[in-house]
Amino acid sequence: MTSSVAAQPQSDKTTLSSVVRRLRGGDEIARLITLLFAVSVLAISVLLIWVLWTGSEASRAKSGFGFLTSKLWNPVTDEFGAYPFIYGTIVTSVLALIIAVPTGVGAAIYLSELARGAWSDALTFLVELLAAVPSVIFGLLAMFTLVPLMRTTIGPGLKSVFGSLPLFSGPVYGVGYLTASLVLSVMIFPYIISVSREALLSVPREQREAALALGATKWESTWQIVVPFARLGILGSIFLAFARALGETMAVTLVIGNDPAVHASLFAPGYTISAVIANEFTEATGKIYPAALIELGLVLFVLTFILNGLARLLILVTTQKGSAKA
Amino acid sequence: MRRIILAGTLLPLLFAGAASAADTINAAGATFPAPIYQKWAEEFKTKTGVQINYQSVGSGAGIKQFTDGTVDFGASDMPMTDDQLKAKAGTLHFPTVLGADVVTYNIPGVTVDLKFSGPTVAGIFMGTITKWNDAKIKADNPGVNLPGTDIVVIHRSDGSGTSFIFTDFLSKVSPEWKSKVGASTSVSWPVGLGGKGNEGVTGLVKLNPGAIGYVELVYAVSQKLGYADIKNAGGKFVKADFDSVTAAAAGAAKDMPADFRVSITNAAGDKAYPISSFTWLLIPTQIKDPAKKKNIVAFLNWILTDGQKDCQALSYAPLPAAVVAKEKKQIASIQ
Repeated sequence: MTSSVAAQPQSDKTTLSSVVRRLRGGDEIARLITLLFAVSVLAISVLLIWVLWTGSEASRAKSGFGFLTSKLWNPVTDEFGAYPFIYGTIVTSVLALIIAVPTGVGAAIYLSELARGAWSDALTFLVELLAAVPSVIFGLLAMFTLVPLMRTTIGPGLKSVFGSLPLFSGPVYGVGYLTASLVLSVMIFPYIISVSREALLSVPREQREAALALGATKWESTWQIVVPFARLGILGSIFLAFARALGETMAVTLVIGNDPAVHASLFAPGYTISAVIANEFTEATGKIYPAALIELGLVLFVLTFILNGLARLLILVTTQKGSAKA
Repeated sequence: MRRIILAGTLLPLLFAGAASAADTINAAGATFPAPIYQKWAEEFKTKTGVQINYQSVGSGAGIKQFTDGTVDFGASDMPMTDDQLKAKAGTLHFPTVLGADVVTYNIPGVTVDLKFSGPTVAGIFMGTITKWNDAKIKADNPGVNLPGTDIVVIHRSDGSGTSFIFTDFLSKVSPEWKSKVGASTSVSWPVGLGGKGNEGVTGLVKLNPGAIGYVELVYAVSQKLGYADIKNAGGKFVKADFDSVTAAAAGAAKDMPADFRVSITNAAGDKAYPISSFTWLLIPTQIKDPAKKKNIVAFLNWILTDGQKDCQALSYAPLPAAVVAKEKKQIASIQ
């Protein structure tokens, strides 16, 4: 990282040697300063882990690994378990991806390949605007529009079709896993579009022309040549979106029902890790209660870490496949 | 979110006032009384020039910052426990204003204000009373035509003094609640959905027909919500208002412990509203800096006299005179 930063233009051969020396001195300073900035990332990560680890000591000493599997969350008796929160976090994030990935990638394909100039620009501008909307706005919007709609229309509709499945059973309150997932999917949708679109646009023009010259239709060239070529960027957008969904707090807590329990039904209220931390930390007193909330933060950190690792692995595997094909 | 904004607006003040340490007093704690504390700070500043920075970070965080000594005094919606006092010996509790919780509901077709006895409310939030036409609710409300629909219970999801007052009341009126759930800023709710903040609870109650929830009186008044009459310890159904909440404090004043750490839920007296509570300032007995001590004592004296006049405008119930008199005696013990 540091060597690439130090690559200054070397074409000043005609200037005086003192200037060259000074430039070299400047190179060295630039190298050190940028190194410092780069190392700060490491320092922040180490500090974060250290704070989470030491802060959660009281809770780790009390519950051990049972913290991960216990379903009980009772601040009165100081008994804490992370399972309902881990479950809620993963269920809502995965469901949000299931909804947002096909729509997001589809929209990106349209914007980069099929839409024409001004129309595409206008839509792209809107997508970027959506990505910048603060999450609490989405939460409030969902609370006043999506929640009533879910309770009166979407929920009963799904129930009448899939009511026999445990996933769609039980009373519909409007708030719950499904509503939270829908809000999350809306929030991560612009990220997927924006990053995927950039990836698709960076596919060389020759690739498309070659496909068309071989007699492929517009769609065949897009789907079989352009999209596979851009798959790394598209995968990247999906992981970015997933990370955002895992950590999203305000919008989720407004619509998920905040019930620390595990329910099979998607209509049922649940809870996520970030939501419970935001909700309960300010009023948490005693030794173990705040420690348990900090330990939840540690769990979320580890969860994100593992998922990022898996993402890297997936990219590695698919890249090798791709290069073998080429 | 509001807390973050408040903290953000207070931060520059913090730095601005850093020049003269004794004339700047830092405090942190409960969010429920924050509007009136901030109004008091503003008026006190114009009166005396002393800057009081109140950060509404929540009772738990307030107690923590006070114990760690990072603020000059703290504020909390519930008194410090004996364990917490061990960590911070020499802490004085000063009740400042009164708050109350009201029970609000949304039952299509029912327009009259309902009445609830304590055990009925406990049964609903325990999940043992599940239909609106349950015999126990009917017994409290003779003549009201209640539907046979399901009750949807709504509670606070964020840790809150509001929840503490409510669960403290339920623990007093229901032995089952006391043994199975207990009282705290966050409890393990047997049933129901959690809404974030008073606005979250109100939103869910409005959206779900058959819903019942609890919110702060201040919030219910400002939003013009309807709420139920609650049966008090004297057996009377009482509507929450400034008089009935102050009456609850007056009822408790007679047996007020010397350290003011007292719960006034289910207080004695025919006029007392039973889901009421003090909110406290936490002041250290020993303040080393004499100038700072003088300023804090002056502030306490002022909020207990002239400051109380601001209560009604901001919808807080003022302290009864008997409690104010006792607190003034306690001020003398600050060294």
